[in-house]
Amino acid sequence: MNSLAEFFSFADPNIRYVVLGSVLLTASSAIVGTFTFLNKRSLIGDAIAHAVLPGICLGFIVAGTKNPLVLIVGAFITGWLSLIVVEYINRKTRIKEDTAIGLVLSVFFGIGILMLTVIQKSGNASQSGLDHFLFGKAAALVGSDLFAFLIVALILLVVVYVLFKEFALMAFDKAYAKSIGYPVRALELILTSLIVLAVVIGIQAVGVVLMAAILITPAAAARFWTDKIVVMVLLASAFGAFSGLTGAYISFVAPAMPTGPWIVIVISMIAFISFFLAPKRGVVYRLIRQNNIRQTINNENVLKVLYQLGEENKNFFIHRHLDEIIRRRKYEKSTLQSILRRLLNQGYVEQTGNLWSLTEEGKNKAQRVVKIHRLWELYLTTYMKIAPDHVHEDAETIEHLLTPELEAELEKQLGYAKLDPHQTKIPYQHE
Amino acid sequence: MNDFYIILTASLVASSCALLGCFLILRRMAMVGDAISHAVLPGIVLAFLFSGSRDSVTMLIGAGLIGVFTTFLIEFFHKKARLQTDAAIGVTFTWLFAVGVVLISIFAGKVDLDQDCVLYGEIAYVPLDVIISPAGANLGPKAIYVMGFVLTVIIIFIVTGYKELFLTTFDPAYASAIGISTSLWHYLLMSAVSVTTVSSFESVGAILVVALLIAPAATAYLLTDNFKWMLALACTAGVLASLTGYYFAVWLDGSIAGAIAAMSGIIFGLAMVFSPTHGLFFKKLRQVAH
Repeated sequence: MNSLAEFFSFADPNIRYVVLGSVLLTASSAIVGTFTFLNKRSLIGDAIAHAVLPGICLGFIVAGTKNPLVLIVGAFITGWLSLIVVEYINRKTRIKEDTAIGLVLSVFFGIGILMLTVIQKSGNASQSGLDHFLFGKAAALVGSDLFAFLIVALILLVVVYVLFKEFALMAFDKAYAKSIGYPVRALELILTSLIVLAVVIGIQAVGVVLMAAILITPAAAARFWTDKIVVMVLLASAFGAFSGLTGAYISFVAPAMPTGPWIVIVISMIAFISFFLAPKRGVVYRLIRQNNIRQTINNENVLKVLYQLGEENKNFFIHRHLDEIIRRRKYEKSTLQSILRRLLNQGYVEQTGNLWSLTEEGKNKAQRVVKIHRLWELYLTTYMKIAPDHVHEDAETIEHLLTPELEAELEKQLGYAKLDPHQTKIPYQHE
Repeated sequence: MNDFYIILTASLVASSCALLGCFLILRRMAMVGDAISHAVLPGIVLAFLFSGSRDSVTMLIGAGLIGVFTTFLIEFFHKKARLQTDAAIGVTFTWLFAVGVVLISIFAGKVDLDQDCVLYGEIAYVPLDVIISPAGANLGPKAIYVMGFVLTVIIIFIVTGYKELFLTTFDPAYASAIGISTSLWHYLLMSAVSVTTVSSFESVGAILVVALLIAPAATAYLLTDNFKWMLALACTAGVLASLTGYYFAVWLDGSIAGAIAAMSGIIFGLAMVFSPTHGLFFKKLRQVAH
């Protein structure tokens, strides 16, 4: 735990640089990335990340040194160019957008690699370190890098803060934004410039390939926890910052470990946990919910069968054998048994030997389901003018879903009708 | 002779990729191909650790499995977690690639792979790694045998499964109506993509594989409406890119893989402008004539 204390005291200036740099990069990229994600342009981020490489090389060839400003300008030019080319190919030819993205991404990157290797063989001594753009160098950040990152992060934050409402509206309803007079085209330009800017500095930390991850993955993770865009942006940047910090810590403890990939692994883990365990949207939650609904439907259907059999015999509390139920509605014997056991626990049925019967409570519950079914059939025939032989399927679904309020409303609308379209009695509770 | 070996290797890779690329771009799965080519990295490192060499059957089988796993993961996130497709692809492949890079760092001493090689390969070294017969004769570079074998497998795959691949690509609803399993052929195709990616990895790297999967197929798509012609034209475009790219790289003294990717882009650009049927130039001419 010594290393933990040493790390978090931030006494070593190198640690300070690396931590601050990683956190700044990941947090600010995550904020911009949230809008990329919401605009469904995740792979565009990947394309830009690859396409800035030739620009960086071009900047170096022009300046002859690794002047960060010139490199950023170069990166900006080719990053933008790649987007224009993708859009042009997509619009002017029959090539689909995903193909255009993949094409531009790989060709621009190929050109970048070609230029990089040519520069490396040119004998210019100051070229060493250009390849940091390929794989990132988060663990080797120094004070001057940090200063550049700080400025870029500030620009990103301020622009997003000022234009937050506009960006949010564009992400959800571009047509509406246009109709109320937003300069949509200009806003898109600004947002794309922000992505390019985030990419240009981000690839210095994690490299070309993994850049897409620090843009998109925090946003994808955050989406599972909230429906509010402000919360989503904050969560995404918190996830990003946490992964930046953890990545820096891991490469501090194990110096052979590359920071960038660890940042990505941490943020991916956060995302996977979110995909599975987030309340409401997570896979586990939804499976449980689906299962609950299925159980409810099965329970109600079995109660309904017992009720209908009771109607025929004019006695709802006869003890019945499994086969009698199965003749009415097809079930595997074992499934039916487990449904009945569940109903037994809930107090809706009673068991005597291998015979089953409704309880008073079970009869009432079944009666309600049957009532809604028949009311709905009547509603569909009277109000929607659907033929009586077409309404059963729909009623089979709605009987499990209708809330008590709607149930009351339906009864009132139909004037507490006595008979359904098949001339069967609609059973009300008070009779 | 070295020139010839390098160009031949590149052409073999280009042909395998171009054939599969045609199916990928028509199925709108170009970016899934991109994702697979990055995601196989951890598979390569692990297979390397277990088998101790790069060109084993273990590795090809492992690669096929990783490719299927990647495809499965993307679909799982999309369908079960309801994540939008673009994000599902982005999250999956970056994660697997990061795992691969970390594995390389952990086993740096044991795995003879470095990061640069992963991205842009070392096709220039192809002629150095030759097979020597028991009698001591030089049988030529190993990569040529590996890639020749892969290309043969791909061609056999496409020829035997032509009807199924064709139908599941163009009319999946009809295909499943006559009893062809779309998901089986989907996963078979993805396995073929990953096997090709892995076997080409060492010589051309992840990025060139993507360029060769997408660019020649896209070029051919602009030149013809006949699918068999498209396959043939894609191979031609791939071989042409390899040939011109190689000499371009020699002339500039730069990365061969990078130059081939650049050339495949230029060839696409030419097709985009000058294609007789779909080119922008002739479209314009026809407009003016009207």
